[in-house]
Amino acid sequence: MLRALFSGDYPRSRVLMVLLVLVFVALLLAPFLFPGTRPLNVAAKICIFIVLVASYDLLLGYAGIVSFAHTMFYGIGGYGIGLALYGLGPSWGAIGVGFVLALALTAVLSALIGLFSLRVRAIFFAMITLAVASAFLILASQLSGFTGGEDGRSFRAPTVLQPGFRLFDGEIFGVAISGRIITYYLVFFAALALFLFLLRVVNSPFGRVLQAIRENDFRAEALGYRTVVYRTLANVLAALVATMAGALMAIWLRYTGPDTMLSFSIMIDILLMVVIGGMGTLYGAVIGVVILVLAQNYLQALMGGVSKALVGVPLLPDLLHPDRWVLWLGVLFVLSVYFFPTGIVGRLRQRR
Amino acid sequence: MNNIRALPTATPPAPVLETRDLTIRFGGHTAVNTVSCAFSPGHLTAIVGPNGAGKTTYFNLMSGQLKANEGQVLLRGDDITTLSAPSRTRRGIGRAFQLTNLFPNLTVHENVRLAVQSRARVGLDIFTLWSRRRDLIDEADELLRSITLLDRRDALASALPHGDQRKLEVAILLALDPDVLMFDEPTAGMSVDEVPVILDLIHGIKARGDKTVLLVEHKMDVVRSLADRIVVLHNGYLVADGDPAEVMASPIVQDAYLGMGLADHV
Ligand SMILES: Nc1ncnc2c1ncn2[C@@H]1O[C@H](COP(=O)(O)OP(=O)(O)OP(=O)(O)O)[C@@H](O)[C@H]1O
Ligand SMILES: [Mg+2]
Repeated sequence: MLRALFSGDYPRSRVLMVLLVLVFVALLLAPFLFPGTRPLNVAAKICIFIVLVASYDLLLGYAGIVSFAHTMFYGIGGYGIGLALYGLGPSWGAIGVGFVLALALTAVLSALIGLFSLRVRAIFFAMITLAVASAFLILASQLSGFTGGEDGRSFRAPTVLQPGFRLFDGEIFGVAISGRIITYYLVFFAALALFLFLLRVVNSPFGRVLQAIRENDFRAEALGYRTVVYRTLANVLAALVATMAGALMAIWLRYTGPDTMLSFSIMIDILLMVVIGGMGTLYGAVIGVVILVLAQNYLQALMGGVSKALVGVPLLPDLLHPDRWVLWLGVLFVLSVYFFPTGIVGRLRQRR
Repeated sequence: MNNIRALPTATPPAPVLETRDLTIRFGGHTAVNTVSCAFSPGHLTAIVGPNGAGKTTYFNLMSGQLKANEGQVLLRGDDITTLSAPSRTRRGIGRAFQLTNLFPNLTVHENVRLAVQSRARVGLDIFTLWSRRRDLIDEADELLRSITLLDRRDALASALPHGDQRKLEVAILLALDPDVLMFDEPTAGMSVDEVPVILDLIHGIKARGDKTVLLVEHKMDVVRSLADRIVVLHNGYLVADGDPAEVMASPIVQDAYLGMGLADHV
């Protein structure tokens, strides 16, 4: 049972196992352990980004493909849901329509990009994805009549998912079961299912072929594997999962816009998370996302506190000023890549 | 001396693989020049010739790693000249490489299983656990046993010593179970006591009678013990083709080898 769920791919490090269990329990019980809007936002973002980053790991870590279009597919999911709910009104039908259309667009686009550019050199594919993603971002910002332009679109979710909704009158552990919490669990379980699905994919015959192609595509061809087909399929699968992550994010935020859904800073975050966590492990996505999302949300506050406490000491309060948090994030990144070239998960597995 | 046939070719029944005037040029250099030859099941053809004669290039043209400038490659009578390497493999042309060519960061077992899996056509399955396919696992392990590598099954391919990597290279080819097997110096760089394992395996394949075996080999004792036929390439040309004893004795081969200072090989 557990084996089927984990696809026989266990964390293979006791420390990692403990960390993963902690993350799982914290996310599972987040609405009760950390009540309040902000913590729940952070928890939902972690769930969604685990899926987004893990799907990117399928591409980068397993198939060895460098793509810059991952946020574009994420954005397609976000806009699909957002524009459907905005245009058709808050109903499950609208969510269904937006979801299916977004997945269809993603499937076509990712297959086309893959077939056209994955047969040539890797750098070409990277450039093509960069170009297409930029074009898409510009399109989304310019077509303001349709997409809401730079401002994006805010919309309402179906009744059950609205913050005002109450599942029943009472409370559980002092927490009323609002539409917000229902939405959170929708996000949580969808993310869990998608993560386990990706774990299955990388441990399937297909997943091993991807690794073989990454290792030695010349030999993989000599074995009879048409590498373009495999790479393209990996690209489509990863893109579809990213689209689903985007859809979850739109449902969670009840908003879609270029900055939250399409911007290249998200792409950079994804790259950082994958590399810090450990490429080609999937579990690295969990670790990388938790560290970075927590840092993004709480490092600033932490630095603010420390900075205030150090008032009077020369230089330090300035260095630790909350506005410098990006700098420290950068330092964190450089250090982690330097000390853990195989990522945190790779490192933990070595120590075993 | 262009394209002189030292000996009349014995006409074997229904060739599986055939080349017609096959030619490839690298810049000004013609590495394989108008080579016409046919290979039949149940036969082992040794392809010999000095270094740089074009043997590996000839293999690459037949298995699809290189595309010919002129001429054709035919498989069971079908023209496959323009087909890609993977589609040729899927049609039954299997290839082992002169320079060991493995998946370095996968295990020995995984290397072989990828070949078994390709032949079984389950590569696109994304739902089945790879560890649930007992049949494929057992088949790969059986091959590793036959080539005396089973005790290293969980080692990374890159961690094997050279001789074992050569064995793995051969095991991968066998795992594809192709109709045509092309070995490019399978025993090169192996220690003397490892060579018989490989030779016995090749001998066993030939003995089955339904496989077409092509073997590039410099060691003349190996050639003599295995080959039913010898094809000699020299400067890209096919210069001799026929019965081993006669080809080895023919003046043109003596010349080619003596001229290259390879007399001690003959
Ligand atoms: N990809 C290539 N580009 C340019 N020249 C090549 C290429 N491949 C082979 N050659 C040249 O073609 C000629 C034949 O090479 P090939 O590797 O086929 O020889 P070979 O008979 O296999 O030799 P060996 O016994 O050393 O393996 C050589 O002169 C080689 O330098
Ligand atoms: Mg050669």
